[in-house]
Amino acid sequence: MSTANPTITADAIGARGTRFDAKWLVIAACVALTLYLAVVPLGFLLWQSFFTPQSAAKAAQFTLDNYRQAYASEETWTLFWNSLQFATGAALIAFVIGTALAWMNERTNTPFKGLFFALSVIPLIIPGILFTVAWILLGSPKIGLVNLVLQRVFDTDAVFVNVYSLWGMIWVDGLHYSPVAFLLMTAAFRAMDPALEESAVMSGASVPQVALRVTLPLVWPAIFASVLILFVRAVESFEVPALLGLPVGIQVFTSAIYQAVHRYPSQIGLASALATTLLLITSVGVYFQSRLSSRGSKYATMTGKGFRPRTIDLGRWRYLTTAIFLAYFLAIVVLPFAVLLWSSLQKFYAVPSMEALSRLTLDPYRTILSYPNLARSVWNSLLLALGSATIIMLVTSVICWIVVKTKLPGRWLLDNIASLPMVFPGLVLGLAIMILYLYLPIGVYGTIWIMLIAYVTRFMPYGLRYNTTSMLQIHKELEESAAMSGASWFTTFRRIILPLLKPGLLAGWIYVVIVSIRELSSSILLYSPGTEVISILIWELWENGQYVELSALGVMLILLLFVLVLAAQWLGRKFGIREA
Amino acid sequence: MLTVTGLCTDYVGERGQVVHAALDVSFDVPAGKLFTLLGPSGCGKTTTLRSIAGLERPRAGEIRVGNDVVYSSNVFVPPNRRGLGMVFQSYAIWPHMTVFENAAFPLRVAANRGSRQEIREKVTRVLKTVDLGDFAEREATKLSGGQQQRLALARALVMEPRLLLLDEPLSNLDAKLRERMRFELKRLQRELGITTVYVTHDQSEALALSHSIAVMNGGRIEQIGSPREIYERPRNQFVADFVGSSNFLEARVLAREGDFYRVSSEIGGMKVLATDVLATDEIVTISVRPEDIELSESKRDGENVWEGTVYQKIFLGESVDFVVTVGERRLQCKTHPSLRTRVDETVFLKMDPEKCVALKRN
Repeated sequence: MSTANPTITADAIGARGTRFDAKWLVIAACVALTLYLAVVPLGFLLWQSFFTPQSAAKAAQFTLDNYRQAYASEETWTLFWNSLQFATGAALIAFVIGTALAWMNERTNTPFKGLFFALSVIPLIIPGILFTVAWILLGSPKIGLVNLVLQRVFDTDAVFVNVYSLWGMIWVDGLHYSPVAFLLMTAAFRAMDPALEESAVMSGASVPQVALRVTLPLVWPAIFASVLILFVRAVESFEVPALLGLPVGIQVFTSAIYQAVHRYPSQIGLASALATTLLLITSVGVYFQSRLSSRGSKYATMTGKGFRPRTIDLGRWRYLTTAIFLAYFLAIVVLPFAVLLWSSLQKFYAVPSMEALSRLTLDPYRTILSYPNLARSVWNSLLLALGSATIIMLVTSVICWIVVKTKLPGRWLLDNIASLPMVFPGLVLGLAIMILYLYLPIGVYGTIWIMLIAYVTRFMPYGLRYNTTSMLQIHKELEESAAMSGASWFTTFRRIILPLLKPGLLAGWIYVVIVSIRELSSSILLYSPGTEVISILIWELWENGQYVELSALGVMLILLLFVLVLAAQWLGRKFGIREA
Repeated sequence: MLTVTGLCTDYVGERGQVVHAALDVSFDVPAGKLFTLLGPSGCGKTTTLRSIAGLERPRAGEIRVGNDVVYSSNVFVPPNRRGLGMVFQSYAIWPHMTVFENAAFPLRVAANRGSRQEIREKVTRVLKTVDLGDFAEREATKLSGGQQQRLALARALVMEPRLLLLDEPLSNLDAKLRERMRFELKRLQRELGITTVYVTHDQSEALALSHSIAVMNGGRIEQIGSPREIYERPRNQFVADFVGSSNFLEARVLAREGDFYRVSSEIGGMKVLATDVLATDEIVTISVRPEDIELSESKRDGENVWEGTVYQKIFLGESVDFVVTVGERRLQCKTHPSLRTRVDETVFLKMDPEKCVALKRN
C-alpha cells in the first residue's frame, strides 16, 4: 500500500472545524431554552423580593422592606405555624393511610386487590379543586351530607365535622395525597427482599424483633423520603387552603401569596418575599429527600431479582382490612364523585332527598355548555395541554440525550437545572413568571403565551423523567451502529432515538397533557380575560356560587381525564409488552 | 489497507480519572486479510477498534484507511462519514424495524442513495449471503441470537465497506452456535475478501479465524504475528500465558548451540529455542506447552528428558491432563488417553527443544 501523499478528504477538513455541524444548533437551542425557563424566573423572583415596585414615576429601589414586612409582623409567624401544622398533618395522614394500604396490598391476602391499583390514578383523575369542592359538599357544617346524615341518625343539631378548619384542611389534603403515599410505599415494600426478613426469622428473631431490627431500619429511608415528598406537596398545595382556609381566615403561605397579589394595590414585593420563603422550605425538603433516596439505594434492599412477595394470611382479620379499604375507597372516589354527580343534576343545590330526587334535571349541563367562556376555556386548555406536552417531550428528549448519552462536561448540571422547576410550587412559579414578563416587554404578558411558558417550565421535570427512563434503556450501540451505517446525528435522532423513545415519549406526553388540563395554581396568577382555562372556569364558578354548573363541568372533566388516563395505561401496556 | 500508527486513546473513567486505553498502538492490515486484536478485558482492544471506527477520539497518532487519513492530529472524520461496516457486541439491531429495514438503513441514509429498486436488490442479496433471505419482513426482535448476529453482519456489509470492524461478535452466543458461526464468519470473510479487524478475548477464536493476530495488554501491543507464530513462538510470558496455557520454568543461559541455547533450569539442564539473542548468564523464562511434553512409562533417550511422579490426573475424554512432579516443580502435561499411568507412579518426560521457548525477562 502506498504511504506517500495520503489524501485528506473534504469531510476530514470539514470535521476540523471549517464547516459547522448543525446538530450543535439544536442542542444549544434546547439547552438555552431549558436554562432560560428554569433559571431566569427564579432570578427575577429573588430580585423583586429585594426591590420596591417599579412605576412610571419611580424606578425600582433596593429595599429590605418586603422581608421586614413579611417577618416583622406577627401574622407571618401565624402563617408559618399554620403552614407547618397543615403540611405536617396532611403529610402524616397521607402517609399513614398510604402505608396501611400498601402493606395490606403487598403483604396480606386482603381481597379486592385489583381495586388497589385503581387508587394510583385517582389524584390524576380528580383535580384538587374538584376534590375540595366535593368535600365541602360533604363536610361543610351547614350543607355537608356527612353532618346531615349524622344529625338525622342521632337526632341532634350538633355539627359533627367541619371542613372549614385546620383539621378539615389537613383531612382533605391528606386524603387527596394518600394515593401518592400508597405508590411510594408500595415501591418500598416491593423493593425489599423478603429473604432479608426470612433470614432474620431463621436466626431466631421473633416477629417484633424482625420488625424493629430488620424491616424498620431497611425501609426507614423510604419512609422518611416519602414523608418529605408528601410534606413538600402539602406545603405547595393551593386549592385546599384557598377554598377551605381563606373563608375562615386560616392562612398558609400559598393562600397568603395569592392574597398579596390579588389585594389592591397588589403587593408583589411582599408576595415575592413570602414566595422566596416558601421556595426555601420546598428546596430544603426536596434536597433532603433526594439525599435520602440516593443513600437509600445503598441499602441492600434492591436486588433486582424478581422475588415472590410473601403474603401474610390475615384469617378473619381480613374482613376488617377489607372494610377499611372499602371505607377508604368510599371517601376518596365514590362519595366525592357521587356528590358532584348529584349536585350536577339539580337546578339549585339541594341536599339529597326524595323530593330533590323528583326534581332531577340536566339543566346545569345545558347552562354550562352554553356558558359564554366555556368554548374558549376548553380551547385554551387543549391548546396549552397539547402545546406544552409536545414542546416538553421534544426538548427534554434532547436534554436527556445529552445527559444520558454524551460525555459533555457539566451535563449533570443540565439535568439538575432542568429538574429545578420541581421545587417551584405552582403559585410561586406563576408569580415568578408574572414578574419576569411584567418587566420584559416582549408582549407575552396577558396572552396565552405566558401560560404556555409557565406550563412548559412547570412540567418539564416530568417530561425529563419519562424520557430519561426510556433513554437509559437504549443501548448506546444502537446509536453507534447508525453512525457506522453513515447516518448523521439528525437522522440518527429522528430515525433511531425518537422511535425507540416512543414508549416514554408517549406516556410522558399524555401525563403532561393530563396535568396541564388540571393546572390551577400557576394559571390563577397568569390568566387574563380571554385566556381562561378549564380549571380557572371552575374557580370562577365557585367564586360566583354557581355550584351546580361547577359540578356539571366537574363531572365532564373527570370523565375526560378518566378516558385520558385509560388511554395512557393502555398505551403503556401495549408498548411495555412490545419492548419486553 | 488499514494503517494505524502510534495511536493513543484516553477516556475518562467512572470516577473522573483519565484511563490510557490505547498506548502507541501501531499495525498494518493488508487488503483482504482478517486481523485480530486479542487480549483480556480492559487491554484496549475495543478502544482501538472504536478509534478506527471514529466512535472514540484518539489523543495522538494516525489512522489511514486505504489512502484516506481518517484521523491524525488535525483530521477527524466523524464515524458516519468513514464508510466502514461494524458489527457490535450487542448486535445493536434496531427493535423498531423489520429485518429488511435494519439491513436497508445504511443505504437509505446514504447521501447518494440509489433508487428503491436498487436498494431492494442490494438488501435482498446481502440477506441471502448471510442466509436470512426468508426473514426479510420479520420483526427484528423475533430473530434468534444467531440470526440477529447475521443480520448485524448483513447491515455492516450492505454498503460494501472498505473495512469491516467486528467487536466480539460471537461472545453473546452459546458455545455450540459460536463454533458454527466461527466457521461461517471465516468462510464469508474469505469469500468476500473483505479487509476485517476482529476484536476478541477468546484465543481459540482468534487462532481459528485470523490471518494475523495482535495480542494486547495494558493498552499496548505485546506481539503481532500469524496464529502459528503467536502460539509457537510467543515473545513473552504474557503472550504465552494468554494464548493457550503453558508451563514456565526459570533458567540461566549457559551457552549457545547453533539456533539453540543450553540453559540450567529449575528442573535441570535443558536445550531450548530462543527468538531473541540471549547473553550468557542471562536469567530467562522457559515456556513449554502441556501438549508439547511427551509422557511415557519407559525411559527415553535424547535431550530434555526427565523422570517424574504422577501427582494428579484428570480424564477429559479426548485427552488426559497430568500433573507431574519433577524435582520441586509440578508440570502440566496433556497426553493421549492411552497412557494409563496411575497417581504416584513413575513417568518419563521428554520435551522437543523446538517447543521449549526461552522468553526474555523485561
